[in-house]
Amino acid sequence: MSSLLTVSVNGIAVEVASGATVAVAAVLAGQACRTSVSGQPRGPVCGMGICFECRVTIDGKPHCRSCQILCQPGMEVRTDG
Amino acid sequence: MSDSAYDVAIVGAGIVGAACADELARRGLRVAVVDRDTVGSGATAAGMGHIVVMDDSEAQFALTRYSQHLWQQLRSELPDDVEYEQCGTIWVATDEEEMAEVRRKREYYRERGVATEALDAATLRNLEPNLRPGMAGGLLVPEDGVLYPPCAARFLLERAQQHGAQVRLGCSVAHLRQGRIALNDAPEIRAEFIVNAAGAGSPDLTAGLEIKKRKGHLVITDRYPGFLRHQLVELGYLKSAHSVSSDSVAFNVQPRRTGQVLIGSSRQYGAEHKEVDHAMLAWMLQRAQEYMPGLAGLSTVRSWTGFRAATPDKLPLIGPWSADKSLLLATGHEGLGITTSLGTARILADQITGAKPEIPVEPYLPSRMAREHVHV
Amino acid sequence: MGSESRQRFDVLVIGGGPAGLAAAARAAECAVRVAIVDDNFSLGGQIWRRATEGPSPQAVRWTERLRAAGTTELCGLRVFDQPQPGVLLAEGADDIHELRYQKLIVATGARERFLPFPGWALPNVMGAGGLQAMVKSGLPIDRKRVVVAGTGPLLLAVAAYLREHGAEVLMICEQASRSSLARFGVALLRQPSKMVQGLRLRKALAGVPFATNSWPVNAQGGQVLESVTISREGKSETIACDYLACGFHLVPNTELASLLGCRIESGCVRVDDFQRTTLPEVFCAGEPTGIGGMELALVEGQIAGLAAAERAAEAGALFGERKKLRAFAQALDRAFRLRAELRQLASAATIVCRCEDVPYSRLSQYASWRAAKLQTRCGMGPCQGRICGPATQFLFEWNPDSVRPPIFPVRVESLAVTAGAAEPVHQEVTGGQG
Repeated sequence: MSSLLTVSVNGIAVEVASGATVAVAAVLAGQACRTSVSGQPRGPVCGMGICFECRVTIDGKPHCRSCQILCQPGMEVRTDG
Repeated sequence: MSDSAYDVAIVGAGIVGAACADELARRGLRVAVVDRDTVGSGATAAGMGHIVVMDDSEAQFALTRYSQHLWQQLRSELPDDVEYEQCGTIWVATDEEEMAEVRRKREYYRERGVATEALDAATLRNLEPNLRPGMAGGLLVPEDGVLYPPCAARFLLERAQQHGAQVRLGCSVAHLRQGRIALNDAPEIRAEFIVNAAGAGSPDLTAGLEIKKRKGHLVITDRYPGFLRHQLVELGYLKSAHSVSSDSVAFNVQPRRTGQVLIGSSRQYGAEHKEVDHAMLAWMLQRAQEYMPGLAGLSTVRSWTGFRAATPDKLPLIGPWSADKSLLLATGHEGLGITTSLGTARILADQITGAKPEIPVEPYLPSRMAREHVHV
Repeated sequence: MGSESRQRFDVLVIGGGPAGLAAAARAAECAVRVAIVDDNFSLGGQIWRRATEGPSPQAVRWTERLRAAGTTELCGLRVFDQPQPGVLLAEGADDIHELRYQKLIVATGARERFLPFPGWALPNVMGAGGLQAMVKSGLPIDRKRVVVAGTGPLLLAVAAYLREHGAEVLMICEQASRSSLARFGVALLRQPSKMVQGLRLRKALAGVPFATNSWPVNAQGGQVLESVTISREGKSETIACDYLACGFHLVPNTELASLLGCRIESGCVRVDDFQRTTLPEVFCAGEPTGIGGMELALVEGQIAGLAAAERAAEAGALFGERKKLRAFAQALDRAFRLRAELRQLASAATIVCRCEDVPYSRLSQYASWRAAKLQTRCGMGPCQGRICGPATQFLFEWNPDSVRPPIFPVRVESLAVTAGAAEPVHQEVTGGQG
């Protein structure tokens, strides 16, 4: 039985099971991970860290591949950079 | 495409060849361009795409300034993908000795009508907060800019085609003879004048050209809008470009319109292979981090190399090649090919059509090489 | 600035999937100093993602063997460059590792091939393996409506997995023809374990519509996917869904092998009977030598590990098994070949290069990858052509560029590391049990 933790995605509090990735948190929050260079919303595709569509800013650090990063309690994720 | 005679046939569809084709076609000449690969596939694809005035010598200043004006006049016609940005250059001074150089340059440019602004440490920090603290100041040259060279070369070539120029890509040259370009897998091209604008490859086509390859490395990051506003160059860049025989790196970064940061620069003599040299890359990036520690955490997306075409006196060769008046050169631009491409095209075309060049052409004439060996 | 560490191994294995685990375990059991490196935070690769601690008995077994033999596990590290022969540089979350080796085993696996079609870039359109990876990484899929599309046995495995976790799998759309699959089914009969797998999958997928000659035509939605239109035996059908799991088979991850200078043929790393590449100290096992599935990867991994530990006879004992499994791999290849219609799916406006938003119409005029790249920026983004490369290879028959460092985007400070300059912080490796 895994425990739950909370991260924020664009200010929205999201509860995830521990062991969930940040990409999962973004999808649960209904937030596209990034906006493409021509303004389209994008989300994770490959799930393995090579497509770069899941990039988000985590605690101020941009271009983090969220599908490869585990959620930590209190993480601040922004997709609107 | 038939092999009927042209007025001018140009070898090389890089920025210089494209600019020459554009200039000559617009003057009504029948122009052909041939390249063994695609448009801008040599140094044009590899370089930083900066448009800068340089004061290494009067001749260099004259050509870069002339050419910069031409780019400014052209900018409103450039399509979006050429990404022309007049971001300006800041020559960065780390100490008092370099500040003295800032003052010298400022005076030099002031005398010649180039707008500059000397920056003290505080102002520099305001303009570029990601430079490490402790810089002495710098010189801002606001009229300098950057663009994306492969698209610029394509634009110029397309304009040439609109004026009737014919372009053959993927076509390698076997040899150049008087009035003819022999191609490897296609009928020869005949023209009254032939222009060798093949950059680092030009000595392969014209024996006796004193052009050496000067390898450079570059790295580009992911998008970080606002990290950098101006092109930044260390004043030591001049020492690097000056060096005639040894490997060197110099801090030179550039903001692309995409928000990516382009990081350079490096120079090597005698390196013939195009593989990325990890030691050079590391050295170059270490130097860059010394000036901008914030670069450390940026994500690098690609690295690549290119070969500049370097002449012994660091000025390009623009004009007839002594041995054969029908063969002209437009090559040897080292790190200033993008900047001086338009000016090169003008003075080359002037020499072909007999028009009066707008700047003195003597310093760039290939015949200077025969007359004297210029030592630096 | 992150710390740097320098470590030295007899055998270094890159990739923690089945091939890597098997290679590392076998080599370590031969009492050589072995390390296994993977960029995920735990071992298992894609197919055994989060499975080494429980869900897959095979994964558990191999991991236990590897650990019992004293292998050094280096997870969360991304190999990005070879500064000099015998040395690799790998980047971690906030540090850099210099890894020295006598022998190297490249077990870098494969990635999915994505083909563009209108709407493919909408959020919640993911790869087939991609959606499965997301679910394994905590994405709730219970009662979500999923369409699975593309090609390859992966579709069935993914559909079964999703269903097991509560998803409503609305349809599986396989682009191969019924006859191709029938021939493949016959090949399966020659592989008992595959047969069992096949039957298990059939049971797991009972009641799920399975369409052949079928592919996605259009994905629709505002901010996220809302429905997908599929073509099925020539007719269109629109299905409302929450996720589209779509992948067109797998392509080998050959970038590291390429960087090292190994010969690559038809997109696969060339190896000899002992899984040795054209570089004598570099071996390659699993999907990079040719897409062939998990069992083949396990056998190739073992051969590579034993060969690297100079146990030729023991390696040779596995050749027969490998030969059988390779026949299966070839049948796979034939059955799931991409059909020509898939080249017509993209419309002029469909984005092909997702990193730089380059549409199909801008690309189709170019004769080569390089020309297109220079003019449009296709392939210049952070995916380094991993997504658009296989797609454009299929669409336009372009050949990819040469590989340059960094083979994954890494921090400037990582690329700035000079090999040998790092403080030698040795992590003592416990020797194998022999």
